[in-house]
Order: sequence, then C-alpha cells, then structure tokens
Amino acid sequence: METKIDSMELVYAKPETLTDTPMHYCPGCGHGVAHKILMEVIDEMGITENTIGVAPVGCSVFAYMYMNVDMQEAAHGRASAAATGIKRVLPDKFVFSYQGDGDLAAIGTAETIHTVNRGENILMVFINNGIYGMTGGQMAPTSLAGMKTSTSPYGRDCATMGTPIKMTELIANLPGAYYVTRQSVHTPAAVRKLKKAIKASFEAQKQKKGTCFIEIVSNCPSGWKMTPLESNDWMEKNMFPYYTPGDIKVPQEMK
Amino acid sequence: MITGTVIIATEICKGCELCIASCPQNSLALSSSINRKGYRYAELVLDNCTGCINCALVCPDSAITVYRQAKPAKRASSPSLSAQTA
Amino acid sequence: MSIQHDESPKLMKGNEALAEAAIRANMQAYFGYPITPQSEILEYLTEQVPKRSKAVVLQAESEVASINMIYGAGGAGARVMTSSSSPGFSLMQEGISYIAAAEIPCLLVNVQRGGPGLGTIQPAQGDYFQATKGGGHGDYHIIVLAPNSVQEMADFVFEGFRLAEEYRMPALILADGAIGQMMEKVYLPKEGSLPFTQHDWATTGKPKSRERNFITSLHMEPDKMESVNLHLQDKYRKLRKEERYELFKVKDADIILVAFGLTARVCTKVMDLANEKGLRVGVVRPITLYPFPSDIIASLATPNRVFLTVEMNSGQMVEDVRLAVNGKSPVYFRGRMGGMIPTPEDILLEVEALAEKHNLIQV
Ligand SMILES: Cc1ncc(C[n+]2csc(CCOP(=O)(O)OP(=O)(O)O)c2C)c(N)n1
Ligand code: SF4
Ligand code: SF4
Repeated sequence: METKIDSMELVYAKPETLTDTPMHYCPGCGHGVAHKILMEVIDEMGITENTIGVAPVGCSVFAYMYMNVDMQEAAHGRASAAATGIKRVLPDKFVFSYQGDGDLAAIGTAETIHTVNRGENILMVFINNGIYGMTGGQMAPTSLAGMKTSTSPYGRDCATMGTPIKMTELIANLPGAYYVTRQSVHTPAAVRKLKKAIKASFEAQKQKKGTCFIEIVSNCPSGWKMTPLESNDWMEKNMFPYYTPGDIKVPQEMK
Repeated sequence: MITGTVIIATEICKGCELCIASCPQNSLALSSSINRKGYRYAELVLDNCTGCINCALVCPDSAITVYRQAKPAKRASSPSLSAQTA
Repeated sequence: MSIQHDESPKLMKGNEALAEAAIRANMQAYFGYPITPQSEILEYLTEQVPKRSKAVVLQAESEVASINMIYGAGGAGARVMTSSSSPGFSLMQEGISYIAAAEIPCLLVNVQRGGPGLGTIQPAQGDYFQATKGGGHGDYHIIVLAPNSVQEMADFVFEGFRLAEEYRMPALILADGAIGQMMEKVYLPKEGSLPFTQHDWATTGKPKSRERNFITSLHMEPDKMESVNLHLQDKYRKLRKEERYELFKVKDADIILVAFGLTARVCTKVMDLANEKGLRVGVVRPITLYPFPSDIIASLATPNRVFLTVEMNSGQMVEDVRLAVNGKSPVYFRGRMGGMIPTPEDILLEVEALAEKHNLIQV
C-alpha cells in the first residue's frame, strides 16, 4: 500500500519515554501495551524527569530496558518495598512499581499489603495474567479454578491449592488505598480507559493522596499455550467473569 | 472524508495480529513474507484507513505510527464562543 | 578520615550510641524491624529523629521489607541504614546480595545473639561466617567492622558510611548483644563531620542532560555477568588497604590470642593475667573482619609461636587465622556458644595448658 503522508499529520507514535530497544516479550503479550501506556502518560504529563520506576522479577524484569526513566530492578516480590524506600527519600518525585501476579500476590504479599496499608504515595501497576510467565507457566496465586498449568497439570484444585486470590479487592479494603481499579489492555477501548486510570493515579500522587493501585488483567499467550488472539478471547470469557474489569475503589473527589 | 495511514516498523513487528483484529476498517493483514526475526508482519492492505489509531493502541511492540489527513484549518473562534466551550 | 568528637563524654548504651551517631552522621533514612537485643536503635531513632532532623525512620513489616527499602532508598542516593539481630539478619541476606551486586552503599548493623534458630537473646559471634563470607547467594563480600566498645559503636557508624560510600558497597557493623546493651563512656562524633557524597548513578529522576540511571543486578549474558564479578573482585582487592586491627604486646609474645569484639576485651584481660604469671601473651584484635587482616597475622606466624583464637561460636574466625598462619605456627581454638561468654579464668587455663604443652613456661 502506498499512501502519501506528506499532507498528513502525525496522530500516534511511540512515546519518547520508551527506548528503541525491541521488547523481549512474546508476540501479543499485554506487558508491552501496559509499558507503552504507562510511558505515554508520563510523557504527556511531562513528568519524565521526575519519575522513578521499579521493575519486578518476572517477565517484566527488563522493564528498565524499555522505560526511558530512572529505574530500579527489585528482588522478587519486593518492588513495593523498594518503591517505598525511593518515595520516602524523594517524596516529591513520582514513583511507580510494576509487578506480576507471582511477584505482587504470592512472594510479595506482605510487602504489597503493608505498602498499601501505609498509604505510600506511589502507583502500583499489577499485571494479572494468572500464571508465572517467566519461569515457564507454573501456577500463580491468581490462576483460575481448574486452570491447567505446568504445576497444576490436572487443573487447579482449590481444596488443596487455594482459591484464586483477588488481591485488588483485598487491598481496596485498606484505608491507605486511595484509588483502586481493574483494567485490561486487549482492546483499543480498554487501553483508553487504562490511560485515564494511570493519569488519575499520577494526579493523585501529586496531591499525596495515598496508594493508587491498578490491576491489569492480561494475557500470557505462551504460558496459556494459545495464539495472542485466542488468549485475549479466553481472557474475556474466563478471566473477566472472576476478575471483572472496572473501578473497585474511587474516592468521592475523583468521581 | 477523513483518511489516514499507518507506518509499520516491520522489523519490530512480531505478527501477533492484535492490530488486525482491532481495525474497524479491516485495513490490515499479515504479510506473506517474513521479517528478519522470522515473523510475518502486519501491513496495510486496503486504502481505507481512517487513522483512528486503534491498531497502534493495542500494539504491544509500539511498531505502528499513525497519520491522518489534516483537518481543514480551524476558523478563528470568537471570544464569546470559546468562553462558552471552555 | 579523622572523626571529630565532642569534648565531653556521655554515658550511653552501645545501641543508643550507635543510633545517636547515625543521626550525627546525617543518615537520611532508616528502615528496620524490632528484634532483641537491638530494638533500642529503632526506639531511639523514632524518638529522636522527629525532633531533630528530616530523616526518614520507618518501622517496616519485616526485615525482608527493611532491606529492600534500603535497596530503594540507597539506590535513590540517600545515606541509609538498617539494623537487626541474627535471625532478622538472616532474613536480609537475599536483599544484601542484590545490594552488593547493584553496588548500593548502605550501613547494616547486626547485634548478634546466640543461635542457630530462634536461639537466645544472649550475645554471640555465630554470624561471623555469614558476615564475612558473603552470607547470601553469589560471589560477594561486604565490609565488616567489629566494635568492642560503646565508643566504637558510635565511631564505626561514621567509618561504615564513609567506607560504604567510597567503595559503593554495604558496610556491616557486626556487634553482639553485650556490646549493644553495655553502658560506657563515649565521646560522640560531632554532627555534620561526615561529608556528604553526591552519587551520579542514583535514580533521582532523569534530567534531559543524561541517560537514564538504572539499578540492577541482572545480567543475562554470562560474559557480562562475569565482567560484573571481575569488577566486584577488583573492588574487594582494593578494599584490602582498609584492613584494620589492634595489636597488644605481640612482639615478644609466645602465645598470641586472636579475638574480635567482646571476646577481644576478654582476651586483653587474659593477657594481663598471663603476663602477671610470667607468660608472654599478646593479642591481635581484627577490627575489620572483612577485609580480614591476614598479612599482619601471617607476619607474626613463626614456628616457636602458638596462636589461640577465642570466639563466641564453634570456631569460625579461626579458619581465617589458620589460612593466614598457613601452617607456620600451631593454631588452637577456644569458644563458647549459645550466648555463653568465655571468662578470662577459663581462657587463662587454656593458655597455661598450651604453655605447658609447647614448653613456653618462662621463669
Ligand atoms: C526468590 C525468588 N524465587 C523464585 C524466583 C523465580 N521466579 C522468577 S519470576 C517468577 C514468577 C513470575 O511470575 P509473575 O510475577 O506472575 O510475572 P510474569 O512472569 O507472569 O509476568 C519466579 C517464581 C526468583 N527469581 N526469586
Ligand atoms: S511468557 Fe507470557 S507474560 Fe511472559 S512475555 Fe511471554 S506471553 Fe508475556
Ligand atoms: S489506524 Fe485505524 S483504520 Fe487505520 S489501520 Fe489502524 S486500526 Fe485500521
């Protein structure tokens, strides 16, 4: 296809806050979209120079290779503790953590709960793909009932393996949580909503309102052994009834 | 009629097809050839792109840049009008 | 570095003197979790800091959280400290490995208690291996300073911060419950006498003028990971010039006692008692346990000398003494465990037995 672009205006390009390093994520993985939107908001708000991010251990361990802001890579589960450390000594900067479900809702559960309970003025981005992506598709605390993974080959048996944890609802109960929402990145409409949520979170952070927490229900085509399109479809049909997208806690003044 | 177009970084594209599914115009399809990573990549196959940016929004690898026909230059609005819309 | 001190002394507990020194060293953030016998540090800081400085003092939900807060705040360029005691310090090991790998300066304090397990709250030196051999996973070391007085509890805070920042690595004050709890006269270091270091590698927000900074310990390519290791090892070699020790009457000694921290105090007492009995006994007190003062020990090792290492553990530092002595002198060990402190009389008996065995009785 040949189209003249001379007479046209640029309406969408990769944000400058993303580096040119090609991402290592599997084709169609939601991590890439989530990174991009997060960086896009930082770009648009003009806060690049004042933002410090924390990457987890998980597939997004290399987030600092892509996000063109000052970053730290934390130990498995401890991103919110590291983010606490950063925010406490740099209270006027914007700080976010970016964590998977194994990181945030299994090994890092204590840090997650206490970070939110202290109402740390940070944004926590929580990628829930119901599986351990990086280590090859093992069961996560968020894996659905009956879900087959490499460590629940006969399906998750809730009687012995626990029920899929709704971390976001759990932390929404804490007074320190200011704004808590569940989003996704699988459609243009969902991406637009996520963008608004991220923006609202950074605005709240500027006003030192407390912890903002955004769960992104996402796919893991490799771990789920599906094509990207199938995985998004499966996510809508199976994840969404349990992890239903939408706001969970919205302060009056944000409504 | 608004028209647009996309530029796809075909060497970055991993052929996930999310953009194809998100395009309301069905303007995109996978190529028949492969890139250096071995992926078939997304390409514009129809002339009907509106520049809606849907494809770019869902692209995990930020491989899509979108252009749109510039809107006719805005008329200078009267102060009273802008006050109303502010 | 010469630390400036107050002109008049104060009577203070070791833990409190350490906490006070941290405030005076312009520590910017402390993260910790209560555990006996070091909780006074957190208590003192939570009481004093709000009245006196803008520093952050936060009681974390665990030692795991504390050390990762140290990672974050230290990585953001702040002067940071945490403290704990043995079981809590074990919990920090993963984090310390990350901090060592990411080259973040910080000051750690372990006021040891007897173990293993939950053990006892009484003093011990059972964490020597953990402190000096890396402690966590991977090839790394941290600077280890062993105070034997309340004065050193205070001074080593300044020394520890200085070394940590100069070498971009964690420094540990390895004390024990007795040093932490004892009251002694201390000339406190003067506030503000430790210059502040600006770190250009810190994650403070990326101005347009520079590339982004990132703090990480992840290097997937083996050649890169090896070069990071080589760099660390090179740093540890350079660190050897910071070796510190104290010598007592070693020149003419037939028997050299080697001890650190609290047991070094016991050993100088033993030396005096033995000298009175006509036995030529001296003491080497390693002050930096890492880097270990091997050279001085090696230089003292001769066939007609005997070494006796005294520790409150089952024999840990003695391995480093043996490596340094390298077979040139016999090396013996005497220790108590589980919170028991060896008495001077106890050690004196051992010294006398050795003197007899090796025909070292002087008339
Ligand atoms: C202390 C520790 N335990 C285990 C691991 C191995 N590990 C790496 S990533 C991971 C799970 C990641 O899953 P998740 O947080 O859901 O992120 P995803 O990869 O799915 O994005 C595990 C168990 C580790 N690196 N450190
Ligand atoms: S393993 Fe799953 S989560 Fe990880 S990059 Fe691949 S698709 Fe994404
Ligand atoms: S910009 Fe819109 S219309 Fe054009 S290709 Fe992308 S999704 Fe289709």
